[in-house]
Amino acid sequence: MGGTPTDLKLIDESGRRLDGRLPDEMRPLKIEAGVLSRADGSAYVEWGLNKVMAAVYGPRECHPRHLQNPERALVQCHYNMASFSVDDRKRPGPDRRSHEISKIISEALTRVVFTEYFPRTSIDVYIEVLQANAGTRCAGLTAASVALADAGVPMRDLVASCAAGKVAETMVVDLAKEEDNFGQADIPLGYVPRTGEIVLLQMDGDLSYDQFEKGIDMAVGACKKVYEIQRDALKRRYAVRTVDAELTAPGVGKEGV
Amino acid sequence: MENGDSKETSREIVVPGELLAIGNKRAGPGTFVEGGKIYAAQLGIKNVRPDGVSVVPLAGQYMPLRGDLVVGKIVDIGPSNWLVDINSPYPAPLHVNEVPWRVEFGETSKFMSVGDVVMLKIVDVSETKRITVSMQDHGLRKLTGGMVIEVSPSKVPRVIGRNGSMIQMLKNETGCRIYVGQNGRIWIDGELDNIAKAVSAIQMIENEAHSLGLTEKVKNFLEQSSRRGA
Repeated sequence: MGGTPTDLKLIDESGRRLDGRLPDEMRPLKIEAGVLSRADGSAYVEWGLNKVMAAVYGPRECHPRHLQNPERALVQCHYNMASFSVDDRKRPGPDRRSHEISKIISEALTRVVFTEYFPRTSIDVYIEVLQANAGTRCAGLTAASVALADAGVPMRDLVASCAAGKVAETMVVDLAKEEDNFGQADIPLGYVPRTGEIVLLQMDGDLSYDQFEKGIDMAVGACKKVYEIQRDALKRRYAVRTVDAELTAPGVGKEGV
Repeated sequence: MENGDSKETSREIVVPGELLAIGNKRAGPGTFVEGGKIYAAQLGIKNVRPDGVSVVPLAGQYMPLRGDLVVGKIVDIGPSNWLVDINSPYPAPLHVNEVPWRVEFGETSKFMSVGDVVMLKIVDVSETKRITVSMQDHGLRKLTGGMVIEVSPSKVPRVIGRNGSMIQMLKNETGCRIYVGQNGRIWIDGELDNIAKAVSAIQMIENEAHSLGLTEKVKNFLEQSSRRGA
């Protein structure tokens, strides 16, 4: 919440935002599953100007041993921002913010993963933010749940995530960088569409109760759209191969056979 | 494609949380029940039978099951046991009582050392996923020579084929000795060219695991490559 530059109009006369979106309009979202060959599961998300990669390893033997839970798996998330992801170079390495985000995303994912199937193991989720433009924790959680599904981890549902906020006294969905910096409030939300559970909820800034309720409704609506795109990404990953039956085998066709 | 439609219906890809069935069907592997409805728990292919619904996973770690034959790698040696990596989240200790030789206490390293590859049977998997393995059964032994490749454990049934048709064909066409572990490790031994041929055929199986008529396709591929080699 920096000081608002007086000349910056976050919402213009026609009710459109800086990038021309309406208050309930999301930035364009693109998800691709299975982009990394060395990880057990992976996903790449482009959400507006955000670029986020998620990789999943496991379930695998949990190290250090004292973290093992004899009854269930541990979902360990590591959120990291690349030093080149923001305007001023970010000092690399873990900090307060990335610890916090790692923790809340781990907790959100633990709710949907069948952790009791894999006692004494850990499922490691690595989220790398390559380019940030507000809303990276939502993009990270969205990518992470697609990567988990891609890794074949049993889950109750995918987690979709999107933020809502207050900008120039108006409730809007999916804040962009300027709106986040100079807006009045921001509520990132993680949502399980099948059951309607909220697995991640934070709030930065001041809202009246009515505004908060409106924000939640708007974010949930956006999460449902995110969910459709997540499902589509996972189905597309394999649909390509089922349809493309005439795929040539390695080595065949090289000599113009 | 003429049979494109039937293919779509018979091979529907489902994502975790997707509703599979309502009512009194039996919920098979890869599914879960909540509020009387059956949902998919894993990314996979929906498999509907008259009596139940299940999901055949497209990815995932190998989970040891009692009776499975697996290809393991020795990773550590103790005075009375070897620790075997069976490509699952859980390590498998192989006790000296479970090997076909008589081993004195502290002489384990004379029989097998770190890096050796063995064919094992999963004897038991406890509630807390503690694993007992054995080498005392028909066909279980230390695998010398040859090479080991890994495929995704969910693709192992494809590599074996219905009633072993695929693996039998691979063995006949390449003349290699091949052992397929349920954990996705495959041991191949034979002449170098033949090994290379078998490896590329297996890679082909893994890449096209869920296309129909796979055995025929792989057979054509093998015949083609042997003709070119001759």
